[in-house]
Amino acid sequence: MTAPALRLDEVSKTYPSGDDEIVALDHTCIEVASDELVMLLGPSGSGKTTLLSIAGGLLSPTSGRVEVGGTDIADLDGKALARFRRERVGFVFQAVNLVPFLTARENLLVVGELGGTSRSGRRRARERADQLLGELGLADRANNLPTQLSGGQRQRVAIGRALMSEPDLVLVDEPTASLDTELGEQVMQLIRDEVKAREVAAVLVTHDERMQHHADRVLRIVDGHVTE
Amino acid sequence: MRLALRELRRMPGRFFAVGTALMVIAVLVLVLGAILDGLIRGSTGVLRAQAGPLLVYDDEARQTLLRSRVDADLAEQVADVDGVADVRGLGVTNVTVDPPGETTAEDGLLGLVVVGAEGENRRLTPPGRGEAIADARILDEGFEVGDVVTLPGDVQVEIVATVRDATTNLAPSVWVDLDTWREVTVAVRPDAGLGEGVVQALNVVVEDGRDPLEVAAAIDEATGSTQTLDQEAAVAAIPGVSSQQTVFAAIIAATLVVAALVVALFFVLLTLERSGLYAVLKAIGASTGGLLGGLVVQAVVVAAGAAVGAALLTFGLLAVLPDAIPVELRAGRVAVALTGLLLMSALGSVFSLRRLVKVDPAEAIG
Repeated sequence: MTAPALRLDEVSKTYPSGDDEIVALDHTCIEVASDELVMLLGPSGSGKTTLLSIAGGLLSPTSGRVEVGGTDIADLDGKALARFRRERVGFVFQAVNLVPFLTARENLLVVGELGGTSRSGRRRARERADQLLGELGLADRANNLPTQLSGGQRQRVAIGRALMSEPDLVLVDEPTASLDTELGEQVMQLIRDEVKAREVAAVLVTHDERMQHHADRVLRIVDGHVTE
Repeated sequence: MRLALRELRRMPGRFFAVGTALMVIAVLVLVLGAILDGLIRGSTGVLRAQAGPLLVYDDEARQTLLRSRVDADLAEQVADVDGVADVRGLGVTNVTVDPPGETTAEDGLLGLVVVGAEGENRRLTPPGRGEAIADARILDEGFEVGDVVTLPGDVQVEIVATVRDATTNLAPSVWVDLDTWREVTVAVRPDAGLGEGVVQALNVVVEDGRDPLEVAAAIDEATGSTQTLDQEAAVAAIPGVSSQQTVFAAIIAATLVVAALVVALFFVLLTLERSGLYAVLKAIGASTGGLLGGLVVQAVVVAAGAAVGAALLTFGLLAVLPDAIPVELRAGRVAVALTGLLLMSALGSVFSLRRLVKVDPAEAIG
């Protein structure tokens, strides 16, 4: 039986606040199968960003166990964690966050370059980047800088970047936050099509209830508590 | 590293300020070095012209020509030492003369150094009685080949030729035979104690295949009253040379430290400005070490560009300086100075490490 793409087992995250503590996540248990698209719905301050950060190894939990593709990431040191994020996880950030001085193609290639690649590896990466850009409808934009792309096009480049390393898990943060309804639908459909085509698991965090129909499963989070 | 290089290629304007600052600093370092080397060159022409590698002073002279006296008996003793191929007398005296036309000197008198020598050296063969070979700078003071120079003691010598790179004490030298030199010296300093056959130092030519330092030790042991130095040590012993080197080295080192601070400040500010981008890069898998490596590469590339610009600018600047300012731009010093600039720039960029470590990849999300 394949390990789930993501398993959070009694994960909690608390922050000290004077004599009290703020509970961002409270004994959270979730599993995401290897080809599942799970949507995490919740208002601002509900803890969804914290959960996403912990799942991606950007934050350490206060307690509990985090497994990605069967690997417990709690024991990884800084260098190993960086490698884990580079090779096993793909991020699509709310603010897109493309590197402003890299072209669309180079923004996809940067993930591999951060880890150092051989010449043949670079050639393969370039072929994969061009393939992804083609699938995302950006083949003719490969040499454009982010400033030369529309908001939707930049979002698609970010999706391509997240998929470049063939990760176990894609984490998507508020993908439709700055998009109108029609464009938001297009982006959501694109994300779904891409993760399904690659049989990659995805956790998508949003407060936008209108996008639920794109998910295989919807979880709700309020004040750090996750419910189905 | 590819990321860092791409940023340099695509956004060169971002690095213009620090590159310009580094270029100015590099020009300063190179000019300082050129002045130092020019001063040393202008002070050491006579010693560097000597054919042999060793200079013998009397051991009470504190390694200066002015105080040293070597008589003919001592010269014979030195010549008998095993390993000595030839011994040539040497003497140097500062004088002033009336130039034929306008001079650069404020009081209208021209400072010269009369050098008494024997035997062919690296620049010239000392002329006969009544003749002189002068450093080419004398031509800038209105003299021409064929002119007669009246030295102190009413000693007249005709300039029969000129040579380059023979200044000493920053003044043009006039090379004469030893007897002429003694005559002039006695006229200038009657208490100089220069009897027949007395010189200030001996230049020793060493036999082929012999270690000069071994021969030097043998000379001092044989005579018991000499101090024998190689050319490098003799140059360093010239009054002022060592202190010039120390002072200029300190100034150059301080200037390079400033370069490191400039780079450190620039890259710390740049890291602050790019903390959002670094958070994203860390989130997608960049290591702190990798990001720091990129900064170091950028610092070194910018410094290298500044170094090339500085070298070109310095060549141009020195070419238009008046001849009176002693400068010499040596390839070795340029290489050392610019390498120092690259190293200090790399070091300066490392100051961003603390800021880089603090960048939290979680900030890339929300």
